[in-house]
Amino acid sequence: MNFQFSDEAEALRDQARKFLDAKSTRDKARSVMEGDAPTDAALWQEIVELGWTALRIPEEHGGLGLSVLELCVLAEEVGRALSPVPFTSSVLMATEALLIGGTEAQKAKWLPQLADGSAIGAVAMGEGTAIAPGGKSNLRVEKGTISGVKLPVQDGGVADFLIVSGADGLFLVDMAAAGVSRESVATIDLVRKSTKVSFANTPAEPLDGGRATLDTFIQSCAVLLAFEGVGGAEAAMEMAVSYAKDRVAFGNKIGGYQAVKHRCADMYIKNQLARSHAYYGAWALLTGAPELPQAAAGARIAAIDAFQFAAEENVQLHGGIGFTWESDCQFFYRRARLLALNLGSKAYWSDRLVRGLEQRNAPLAV
Amino acid sequence: MDFNDTAEEATYRAAAAKWIGGAIGAVERSGGSRAESVAAAKAWQKLKYEAGYVGITWPKSVGGQGGTPMQQIIFNQEESKHNAPTGLYAIGLGMCIPTVFTHGLSPEIFNRYVPVAMSGEEVWCQLFSEPAAGSDLAGIRTRAERDGDEWVINGQKVWTSGAHLSDYGIVVTRTDPSVPKHKGLTMFIVDMKAPGMDIRPIKQMSGGAEFNEVFFTDVRVKDSHRLGEIGQGWQVALTTLMHERVAVGGKPSSAPGVQEMIELAKAIDLDEGNALEQSHVRQKIADVYIQDRGIALTRMRTISALSSGRTPGPESSISKVVVAKMMQEMGSFAADMSESAGLISGGDTLPHLDHLQQTYISSAGLRIAGGTDEILRNIIAERVLGLPGDMRPDKTLPFNAVPKAA
Repeated sequence: MNFQFSDEAEALRDQARKFLDAKSTRDKARSVMEGDAPTDAALWQEIVELGWTALRIPEEHGGLGLSVLELCVLAEEVGRALSPVPFTSSVLMATEALLIGGTEAQKAKWLPQLADGSAIGAVAMGEGTAIAPGGKSNLRVEKGTISGVKLPVQDGGVADFLIVSGADGLFLVDMAAAGVSRESVATIDLVRKSTKVSFANTPAEPLDGGRATLDTFIQSCAVLLAFEGVGGAEAAMEMAVSYAKDRVAFGNKIGGYQAVKHRCADMYIKNQLARSHAYYGAWALLTGAPELPQAAAGARIAAIDAFQFAAEENVQLHGGIGFTWESDCQFFYRRARLLALNLGSKAYWSDRLVRGLEQRNAPLAV
Repeated sequence: MDFNDTAEEATYRAAAAKWIGGAIGAVERSGGSRAESVAAAKAWQKLKYEAGYVGITWPKSVGGQGGTPMQQIIFNQEESKHNAPTGLYAIGLGMCIPTVFTHGLSPEIFNRYVPVAMSGEEVWCQLFSEPAAGSDLAGIRTRAERDGDEWVINGQKVWTSGAHLSDYGIVVTRTDPSVPKHKGLTMFIVDMKAPGMDIRPIKQMSGGAEFNEVFFTDVRVKDSHRLGEIGQGWQVALTTLMHERVAVGGKPSSAPGVQEMIELAKAIDLDEGNALEQSHVRQKIADVYIQDRGIALTRMRTISALSSGRTPGPESSISKVVVAKMMQEMGSFAADMSESAGLISGGDTLPHLDHLQQTYISSAGLRIAGGTDEILRNIIAERVLGLPGDMRPDKTLPFNAVPKAA
């Protein structure tokens, strides 16, 4: 039984945490929230130099060729730190789309640029309608072009190319291509900025695999973003626990009162369940196990549930100060919702989970 | 990452599986009356003892196998694949005997009690809770007073699982009420058949009667049967409770899970279509899966740490508090889905419904037994997250000065 990360992956985690603790403090997130820059370009450059953008890209395309497990570790750490960089959009999502369904030409062109940081990718799935990912699309596809709008596209403001979902699969669109225009769009998350991207007969190259690629992509993202959620949930819990150890009311530290400490215990419980499911998703993704559909859905649901709970109760345990603009509580409160909505709701993932369980109607292993 | 045994673990598993497969036939299909199931449990324990599968992790110096926690886990996994009668010894060998061999005063005590408990000839129970001291265990009032070379015990214990089947028990008593409550306690080994012992079964809301109240009236115990020093009973009890956290925890093997929920939902046709196709049903099944599978996966993280020689984290502390409430929610949701059929007991028109209804009843007990949901949350908050302890105004008062309810 080896249901844990390797010593090497844990060493990478330690290294990443030290770096982010020093270089990606929450005031970096605040600066981006309050400023005009779409991301923290200097921090991103340091991350590129650490090789994080190259981590999972095969060596033949200029990457380091490490496994998805190392990527999961970094996703968690970046999620903890709320780093205002396009890591999720470019490294966790756009890179993953190319690895799953990119044509040889697409991979040869873009993967080396993603690896060395000369290009940033982003993913455009939503169309501002109440439709789950991979559902109906109003995008018009004809003669190698697309027309229509996508929003909100996270990190669309800094992207060099987009992975765009249509009804029949994924497309790659160069942001320098004809007919692309973008404008900023406000979302609940004030740190990870979004854009509305319009296409007018814009050249778009399909990825291989059509709908199957789209579906696999959504499933892989569920696992990777679950780690981001686990990281955020842990950080929100730590913030709440730390405040509860410090704040005094009625003559005692509030963390001594059961109404408060039991809430903290519930955060811990949800976080541990989420971590276990995230590990299971990582294992299934790594090995391509038949359990992958329910493992990915489970990772997604547990992580979002844990993150949202910790984020909400973190504000609550801080009292009035937690509701101020100056408090960092809002970062988690907003980020948890972004993660909950950028890849399908709980109803969508519950449906996928139960479908997975029905198809694999065997007793679960161990 | 993988879920495979190491080479050594695989060897141990193969040997254990082979032995269990060959030996279990003698006891597996017995049962029926209580006497028959007790006899089957005793026979199985004796076979395991003779084959060297009792006390797998205990030191060789106490008669154990000096093995690893992984070996114990593997043996339990293989044993659970059969209908092995193991419940009779869960408390005695899981909690009492480790306390006896850790805190017993002499080789005579050890030699008299430990080997025969391991072989299953004698059954043990744990006498801790009292009517006025459950979660607040250190508030017990059963008195033990010194009389020469003996102690005289008076008082009442309650929720004593298996007392009616036990030969011996370990009891925590108050020997000095003039000091604060944690400091005046002492533990003893007691003979459950001694004069002055009165064991009365308690009928539970489930209809069963697995536990008892036990009255002590001038029960005499020799000082040689003390466990640990006088006044050190709280520290000794913590040894027992540490083992309880290992013994009571995961989902009972008989409890239903996600597949039963799915099969039940599939069998229910509503006006709006099959119940399993309804979004709210799928979300509820997802909730159950997150908890049920999540606890199993969390256990695998703990096992992995043990397997690789790392120290497991505190993550296993979430197990019982999650499982008990999840079982209650499964039971109530299953009945809700079934509408009026959910009211009828013992029905067989819908698959698993009766089992899920019974789970709803039994889970109410599981949320209390072996540490209530509230105490378990305190433990997580205080020991894992490092939050301050509860306010305990009686902690430093002499016990006999603590205000008591009527």
